[in-house]
Amino acid sequence: MPTTALAAYSEVTASEASLRRFLHGLPGVDQVGAEARAAGLGTRSIKTTAKAWALDLAIRMVDLTTLEGQDTPGKVRALASKALRPDPADPSCPSVAAVCVYGDLVGEVKAIVGSEVNVAAVATAFPSGRASMPVKLADTRDAVANGADEIDMVIDRGAFLAGHYLQVFEEIVATREACVRPDGSHAHLKVIFETGELQTYDNVRRASWLAMLAGADFIKTSTGKVQPAATLPVTLVMLEAVRDFREATGVQIGVKPAGGIRTAKDAIKYLVMVNEVAGDDWLDPDWFRFGASTLLNDLLMQRTKMTTGRYSGPDYFTLD
Amino acid sequence: MAASRIDVRKTYKLYIGGAFPRSESGHSYEVTDSKGRFVANAALASRKDVRDAVVAARKAFGPWSARTAYNRGQILYRIAEVMEDRRPQFEEAVRQSEGASAAAARAQVDAAVDRLVWYAGWADKLAQVIGNANPVAGPFFNHTAPEPTGVVGVLAPQSSSLLGLVSVVAPVIVTGNVAVVVSSYARPLPAVTFAEVLATSDVPGGVVNILTGDAAVLGPWLASHMDVNAIDLCGVAGSPDLATSLEVAAADNLTRVRRAPDAEPDWSAEPGLAPMTAFVEQKTVWHPIGI
Repeated sequence: MPTTALAAYSEVTASEASLRRFLHGLPGVDQVGAEARAAGLGTRSIKTTAKAWALDLAIRMVDLTTLEGQDTPGKVRALASKALRPDPADPSCPSVAAVCVYGDLVGEVKAIVGSEVNVAAVATAFPSGRASMPVKLADTRDAVANGADEIDMVIDRGAFLAGHYLQVFEEIVATREACVRPDGSHAHLKVIFETGELQTYDNVRRASWLAMLAGADFIKTSTGKVQPAATLPVTLVMLEAVRDFREATGVQIGVKPAGGIRTAKDAIKYLVMVNEVAGDDWLDPDWFRFGASTLLNDLLMQRTKMTTGRYSGPDYFTLD
Repeated sequence: MAASRIDVRKTYKLYIGGAFPRSESGHSYEVTDSKGRFVANAALASRKDVRDAVVAARKAFGPWSARTAYNRGQILYRIAEVMEDRRPQFEEAVRQSEGASAAAARAQVDAAVDRLVWYAGWADKLAQVIGNANPVAGPFFNHTAPEPTGVVGVLAPQSSSLLGLVSVVAPVIVTGNVAVVVSSYARPLPAVTFAEVLATSDVPGGVVNILTGDAAVLGPWLASHMDVNAIDLCGVAGSPDLATSLEVAAADNLTRVRRAPDAEPDWSAEPGLAPMTAFVEQKTVWHPIGI
């Protein structure tokens, strides 16, 4: 993957000082402007065939997630079945992109979905990220060994906020190495910033560049355990970052907002923003995902409304 | 010095989930009095407001039906109390809407308040009257008790703007159901004021949602909605074709229907139990004894 354009950044990541100089040299985010832009894009009206297309795309982009202490193998298997056939009454309904679970439950999901749907596992002491590096790497290797196709890691927000950027960088690099399978292929690495804890949009932009330089395949807003989770302006800043990164290096990185996206209407707002900010190259499950659990049912209800012409109800869809 | 004052021309809003939003469509319509003079603007509810109201109602159903019948009775009584406090406003609204005389308007408000008190009394008595301990041939304790149906769509009467409205809403909520109400199209103002009363009388948000708009437009969306459990078609009395089409739409999703009468009934008569029993399900439980 490292191209010549990307190699030009090797000096940036050579030392703590140069990395800080680079990240703090990134242009600041106009907070009011970003929020106004996100709000403005949210007012677009998407109807009829465009809406039907957007709903199907959104379903294909969902990382169907359950990250609870009370997850049982049975619940996870039910969720995996739902990921394969979100609407059993309608064979034209697409599968979701992935199922996202804790690392120890990867096998349960894999047994149901096979290779039709990806399995994502959270790792590196999710959700807090407060563990020593060997523990985090063992967590990651364990999930990969269990068959995870994608790894969702959390960054050490404490180190990031303290300004130890190189430490965060090296953790991502090490986790990426831990994602490599014996056959040389590697599990997709998504890097979670927990934007609700990063305080400012400037920090979100810095974290985005930091993770992309370290070799993330995806950058992801939140764990879903901290409020606020994904918001439109935060996602806007991250979409700008991946757009600029591809311009600078030629490498395309995916974006995944997670947490707090509950309605089809919200999902469509995000899709509009993806198209307008990053471009339609990102309108694909390989480059944009929704980390969500309740969102899927609302998408299905809206989809059913479009095909049957009458409003559907939550009674007609499974809870998990 | 009676300086001329600029009229405050009101534009009322909907009542959904305990809040007063504008119609999602942004539309409103002119409400005139019985002589055709402008009175106020009312929000013109669209199908999306029906959708939002059903979501709000569904959310409110669990907690409302879980309250004790006694508590629901108290809350209905509280609605009556707050209505009593706002008598002049209701009398004015009824007088303007229906062209009634002051005395007739006063009598209608009296009857509406009394109707609420009457239903409030039934809250913790209905189960005793229509439920039963059934004698069965076996070692079982067998009893039947009414349970609320769920989200009930109510097309309120078109001519009786206050007494008719109260007479169709109270029996729905007293047993633990929640209501999405479409008010009279031509006479919505008493319903708007009633919404303001509900908002200030301990009724949890979402238990009653009031949409001002056209029952012929909103009815099909309500009847065909998969998350509506029952519908009262009173508001389309006198339009048999529309009533039939709504019944057909409701049949698809097994929505329980209270059929439209041929003409609006005399609301001053005592309602009896039928309006309440139309929206309860009888649950029978067999419990082994002697073990």
